[in-house]
This record gives sequence, C-alpha cells and structure tokens, in this order.
Amino acid sequence: MAELNVVALVSIGAHPASGRPRRAEQDARAVELGLGLKHVKLDVVHAGDPQEDALRAYLGMGLSALTVLEQTHETDALPALAEHLQMANAHLVLTGGQAETGEGSGMLPYLLAERLGWPLIAGLAEIEHIENGSAQVLQALPRGQRRRLKVRLPFVASVDQAAPAPRQSAFGPARRGMLTREEVELVDDPLYATAQWQPARPRPKRLKVIKAKTGAERMKAATAKASGGGGQVLAGVSPRDGAEAIFKLLHDEGVIR
Amino acid sequence: MLQTILPILLFAALALAILGAAKRFSMWRRGRPSQVDWIGGLLKMPRRYLVDLHHVVERDKYMSKTHVATAGGFVLAALLAILVHGFGLHSRILGFALLAATVCMFTGALFVAKRRRNPPPRLSKGPWMRLPKSLLMFSVSFFIATLPVAGILPAEFGGWVLAGILSLGIAWGVSEMFFGMTWGGPMKHAFAGALHLAWHRRSERFSRKDGRGGRSTGLKALDLDDPKAPLGVEKPTDFTWNQLLGFDACVQCGKCEAMCPAFAAGQPLNPKKLIQDMVIGLAGGSDAKFAGSPYPGKPLGEHSGGPHQPIVSLQGKALVDAETLWSCTTCRACVEECPMMIEHVDAIVDMRRHLTLEKGSTPNKGAEVLENLIATDNPGGFAPGGRLNWAADLNLPILAEQGHTDILFWVGDGAFDMRNQRTLRAFVKILKASGVDFAVLGLEERDSGDVARRLGDEATFQQLAKRNIATLDKYQFHTIVTCDPHSFHVLKNEYGALGGDYEVLHHSTYIERLMKAGVLQLGQHKGGSVTYHDPCYLGRYNGEYEAPRAVLKAIGIEVKEMARSGFRSRCCGGGGGAPITDIPGKQRIPDMRMEDIKETGAELVAVGCPQCTVMLEGVVEPRPQIKDIAELVAEVLIESEAPAKKPAARRELAEVQ
Repeated sequence: MAELNVVALVSIGAHPASGRPRRAEQDARAVELGLGLKHVKLDVVHAGDPQEDALRAYLGMGLSALTVLEQTHETDALPALAEHLQMANAHLVLTGGQAETGEGSGMLPYLLAERLGWPLIAGLAEIEHIENGSAQVLQALPRGQRRRLKVRLPFVASVDQAAPAPRQSAFGPARRGMLTREEVELVDDPLYATAQWQPARPRPKRLKVIKAKTGAERMKAATAKASGGGGQVLAGVSPRDGAEAIFKLLHDEGVIR
Repeated sequence: MLQTILPILLFAALALAILGAAKRFSMWRRGRPSQVDWIGGLLKMPRRYLVDLHHVVERDKYMSKTHVATAGGFVLAALLAILVHGFGLHSRILGFALLAATVCMFTGALFVAKRRRNPPPRLSKGPWMRLPKSLLMFSVSFFIATLPVAGILPAEFGGWVLAGILSLGIAWGVSEMFFGMTWGGPMKHAFAGALHLAWHRRSERFSRKDGRGGRSTGLKALDLDDPKAPLGVEKPTDFTWNQLLGFDACVQCGKCEAMCPAFAAGQPLNPKKLIQDMVIGLAGGSDAKFAGSPYPGKPLGEHSGGPHQPIVSLQGKALVDAETLWSCTTCRACVEECPMMIEHVDAIVDMRRHLTLEKGSTPNKGAEVLENLIATDNPGGFAPGGRLNWAADLNLPILAEQGHTDILFWVGDGAFDMRNQRTLRAFVKILKASGVDFAVLGLEERDSGDVARRLGDEATFQQLAKRNIATLDKYQFHTIVTCDPHSFHVLKNEYGALGGDYEVLHHSTYIERLMKAGVLQLGQHKGGSVTYHDPCYLGRYNGEYEAPRAVLKAIGIEVKEMARSGFRSRCCGGGGGAPITDIPGKQRIPDMRMEDIKETGAELVAVGCPQCTVMLEGVVEPRPQIKDIAELVAEVLIESEAPAKKPAARRELAEVQ
C-alpha cells in the first residue's frame, strides 16, 4: 500500500485561566498521535486566520509546515475541511474532541464523518498499527477502560484525554515552520447570522451523596462500572428483530420521534 | 658537550611549543566569533592574574604560596635558561639569578609533591601525578647545569656521564614545561589560562584600577532577531571561541566539584568533569582517560564527542547527558571558586537553550511551567487577575493610578504563594510604617523571566522582559525594591541588554537604609538563636552579604554563622529551575542545607528569598523555623501612634421617609 496520508485538524485554543490564545490541548494530542505514527505523511490543517500566532505553537512540535485554509471567523469550516480532505486523499483524520474557542460544540468530527461518509471513532487513545487498509486502535472508555477496534480506512477519529500528552513546543521549529495558505470557497455559517452569543456557563454538577460507611464501600462505589440497570442482551435474534428492538429503544428514549 | 645539546633541546622544545600553540589556537577559533580587545586584553592580563586570580587562589594559603614559588620560579628560570643556555650568555650574574630561580621553583615543587602524596578526591590524578616530578626534574637539572656558569663548579665537571644524565633530565623538563603546555599536558592551564584571562568573554568581571567593575553575573542575551544565529549550543563549535579557550584553561583543581551542591547530592553533575568534557568536545575523543571523579552514577568511558558532533543526544549517548545539564541550580558556587575564572553557568545555560529552544525537551515540569509563563505570565498557571489578591485588604497604592512614585515595590510571583504572601505582607507593614512613598504595579506586573531564562527559554524570557520594560517605561519611579533575589538579579543585571536600566534594591538592603535613616522604630528580637542563609542570587550574584546581617544585628540578633556562609553559602536547591526539572540524586540539596543550619544549633534561620523559604520549609520537621528578614523586622516593629486613626465621624442618623 502506498504511503498513508494522515491529517490532523487543529484549532486555536484558549488558556483556561487567562483566556489567551494557545495551541488547543486536545488538538495538540491529535498532532502528537500523528507524529507518533511511522511511515505516514502527516498534514496538519487549520481552517481560519493564517496570521494567528498561536498556530506557530503547533509548528513548534517539530512540523515543517502547516496548511491553513484561509477563512474568516464567520465562515463554516466544515465544507472547506471536507473538500480539502477529499482532495488530499486522506486516509486517517485526527481531531480534538471539542474546540476551546468559537462554537466549541464538539460536533465537527461527527459532521465531518457524516459528510464524508466515513466511520468515526470518538475518544481515540492509541493507534496500535495500520496494515492492509485497516487500523487497529484503542478507544478510551470511562474509568480507564479500553476497547480494541479494527476500523477500515479511511476514517475520522477524535482523540481523548487518554491519548499521549503533546510534546513541548519549541521556539526554533516554531519560528522556522511554514504556514502554507490555501484559498477555499467561503461558505457563511448561518449560525453567525441568527444566533446570539453568550459565554458558556459551567454545567451544574450533580450532588454526590455518599452513602458508603466504610472505606471498602467507598472504594467499590468509586471503581464500580456504571450499570445501566434496564439493559437487555439480545442474542441469536434475526436482524429484523434486532433492528426493531433498537428502534423501539431509541423511540422510548426519545432519541427519534 | 652540554653547551651544544642544551640550545638544541631548548629551541626544539620552544619550536614544538609554538607549533602546538598555533594548533591549539586554531582549535579554539572553530568556535563562533566573539569581539575581544586583542592587545588591550594582553596588556591587562598581568593585572588580572596578579589581582583577580590571585584573590581567588589566596583563599587556600598553602596552594597560593606554593603556586607563587613554583610558577614564579619557573617563569624566571625559563626566561633565564633561554638567555643563558639557549643564547649562551654565560654571565655570572645571570647564572646566579638562574640558580636562585630554580631553587625557588624546586621549593615550590616540593610542596606540590607533598600535596600530591595523599591528594583530596577533588584533584585529578593521571598525568597530574607526574607534574611534581617534572617540576622537580626541570629545576634540579637546570640547577646543576647552571652551576658551572655561576663559577661554582669547573666548566667540564662530571664529564660526559653527567652531561648525558642532565640532558635527559632537561629533555624531560622542557617536554613537560614547554611543549607539554601547548600539546595538552597538565601545563596547558598556564598557556590557555593566561590567554583566557586576556580575552575573557566577560572582561567586565575583572577589577579595575579605578575600583569599579569586578562583577558580571547576568546571562548574555541571545540574538533572536537573526534567524540564522544558533539558538544556544548544540555542538562544541557553537560556543564562542573564547568560551572554548576558557574550557582549556581548567587546571582540574576540583574546587568547583567540592562546592557543587548537585554533585554533593549525588545528582549526575560535576562541574569539573563538565568542563573537561567540553575540552574533549573541542579536541574530539572519549572521556575514558579523565582522571577525576565522574558524574555521580555515570561510569567513565561511555561518552565521547567531537567538535562538530552534538553534545547531547536525546536517544543514546553523546558527550554529556541531558540530565547532567538539568542538575545545575545555577548557584554559581563553581564560578565563585574557580581560580581560572571559567564560566560554568554560562556554558550550561547555553546548552540548555539548545535543548529547550530547538529540541523542546525541557524535562519533567519544565514544559508545563514554560507554557504557563507564556499563557499566564506566572509559572504556576494562575489566573493573572489574581496577582494582587494577597493584598486585597492592604489598600496598596497602584502605580497606574498615581503615575509616579519614589519606591516601586516589585512583588514577584511569590504573590501567588500563600507562604510568601506572609513575607510580602510583612514588608508592606514595614513600608507603611516608614512612611515612604511607594506603589506596586499590581496586575501590570509579570514574571521577571528568571525561571524561563535559566530553563533555556530565552524567547519567553525576552518576551516577558520586553513587556515588563514597556510597562515600567510608562511610569516615573526612583528605585525598584523587591523581596525576591531572582527578580532583583534579573531586573538589575539582565534587563539592561534589552533596554531597561533601573536602580534595584533587595528588601534587606532597603530595610537597612530605612534603619539608617531612622524612620523605623524597632524593638529587639525575642526568641532563640538565629542563623542566616545567604541566597545565591543575592550573595554570589550581587555581592550583598552585609545588609541582611546588619538588619539582623539592628534588631538584636547575633547571627550564628554556618560553616558555609557568605560567598561559600550552599544553595538551597531552588535556583535555575532545578525544582522544576527535578533530576533525582541520592539526597536532596535542601536537606543538606538544613544539616548545615542544624550544626549551628540555631532555632531559627533567617532567609531573604522566596525560593529558599520554600525549599527549606520543605524539609521535614523537626527542624529550625524559617523566617524571612522582612517578617523578623515586622515582628519587632513599633508602629507609631502619630497619625492615629481619627475616630470615624459620627454619621447623622438618616431619617427614613
């Protein structure tokens, strides 16, 4: 198989304490995962303003160049990214889970995968190996659990906090690295025309009532698997029965109406 | 017969010496260019040798006297021998002078030999063990060969047997003393050392006749505007040529090794070995033949390098391991002790710069701290808006609100640390009691850049420094006062190169001035005995040893001095980003310092630095209490009743409609 094209999508982050622009934590992890892969061509792509200094922090990780799809702030990044990925013949697309600035909806990997018609892995922790057109990866689950998946290329993956921490960004490579501009068709994001902006409020936390009386009970409560309770294992049913059961569940939960 | 052999031997040795000198010189010149005053430096060299270098050597009286006799005798003997035996000027006066010189040298050499009988571990062995024998051989051979010249013995005394023996002795002597000097023998220190003094990279560190100069401790700035200039030192040839010359001047006396806190703690650093490794890098080869103590935990013979090879390899081994460079606390104890005026700390930071700026490999918490400094202007990553929270109830004058002040109180990053806030509040109490006109920058203050610079991140340092300078340029003030010797040093000695020249004082110096001016009413310290720990960045970096002691004395404290105090003070382990890079050793540096403190029997140790406070308080109890000088003074401060609070004007009861 020819050389693999890996694309890492990066955005401009914001430091949680000062709000200053920086490399986004999760996106930097996506780049780190890409840099850790052997025998691949890594292309790091940003859709936005090529003048942004924070982009140099990604170059400082040792990249020689970074592609910037030149866009204004009010433009929808999705069409430009999707087109670029198809043109670049990407096999693997790595993204962060959620941007630190802008909308920060966390929807980009899903929308991108949908538009491209590729599978999506959320919460990627490690890429074990890629061969014969499919990749064996580890997906991070709650409480440190991992699920080993085999996925056919091409696919989109959003990285998890469990992925390796990004390497230090160094001044020398950051200064030398090239920001390659690419002109793209600008598509206005309708959200910017209609929606009102307000800073996100931290989600209220559910109060945790500790009923445990002994240390052992507390330990058990802290480490026990989340149990759904009402789950049902369907084994040996026909595809039609299975689909119906899933449809019924989704309907009951209000996911589809 | 001797009269024909001697000139041949002498001039052959001299010719070889000149050839070796040229070769060595071209090796140094592989380094990057550095402007020096070629002729002026050479003219100043004798003074630098006789005053500055002698001042350091004089601390060890035995060695100082030995060296004066040996080196003085040798220089005189060598010059006279060239005249008498080389050019055949057989005058009796010259003969007697040469005899006297050789006797002088012989006496000195005996003491060198005595020191070498049971040498302390800091001294290098190997070829250095041969040196006293060579010195003795040189002086004895020339003594006997000169006896006929002085007319004490007949011209043909001893016949060809003695002539043959003397020829051999003189051949040995001149090999070691003349061309051994430029071909890498132990005597290399004399040749390279003399030129190092002449063309030193910090010529301003030498004392001058007008009494000025004599201290140069600020790190040299990197040129970040030139994209082609190397970011720090990757290969030995990235050092400036006179730094390479400086490495060659090392006499391997190991005084640096004996004082290095990292070496004593069993961390993989030995300043002497590091300089010798740079010499290996300069000439190419392996460290197998190094005859001193290795880096703790790193056996000899595994590392090698060359002038154009990287010094540090992040995968595998090269000349020096990265953790050796990251063990240094930049306390300057080695530089302070070095009789050859070698600048170890400059070299270490130069190499760190490459690792951080090019390789992005600052170890442990280094990357996180640097990222925090970039994003929040403080190493802890705290929200910059909280910088003045410690003084929420103090109603401090903010410089931005009044535009000018007499005293600018530079708070430092200790503002975010709860322990240090006690010191800061104590100092504010003193400032308020003295009634001086002072103000703080408040939220406009940023980290001084000290830690970033010591961790090799020159880019972040310069960015912080330039922004601080731009802030300070907006206001009028007379003097900056700070409780943090690191900020003190950086503001005073390192901002100048970037366009910020200020009068800066450490708070101990300023408190002393306030006391002298008589504006503080002070009681006497009650409580047990006290010792004082000199912070490196106040003492060795800036020469302030007296003011803190004077302040303590004024409040009735008699300092019980530690064995290592003043310029020999042992580092607390908190400098140079060492607690951030945290290279493991056999013991911790602050624990060793606490042992020093306990030896005095003091119940309290006075400090003058937030880093020292943190490091020493990190030692497990039971141990003496740690208090900053400002806290000790504030405790005995008698606040005057003069501007007594006016009773709050009674408010008229408002009638509620």
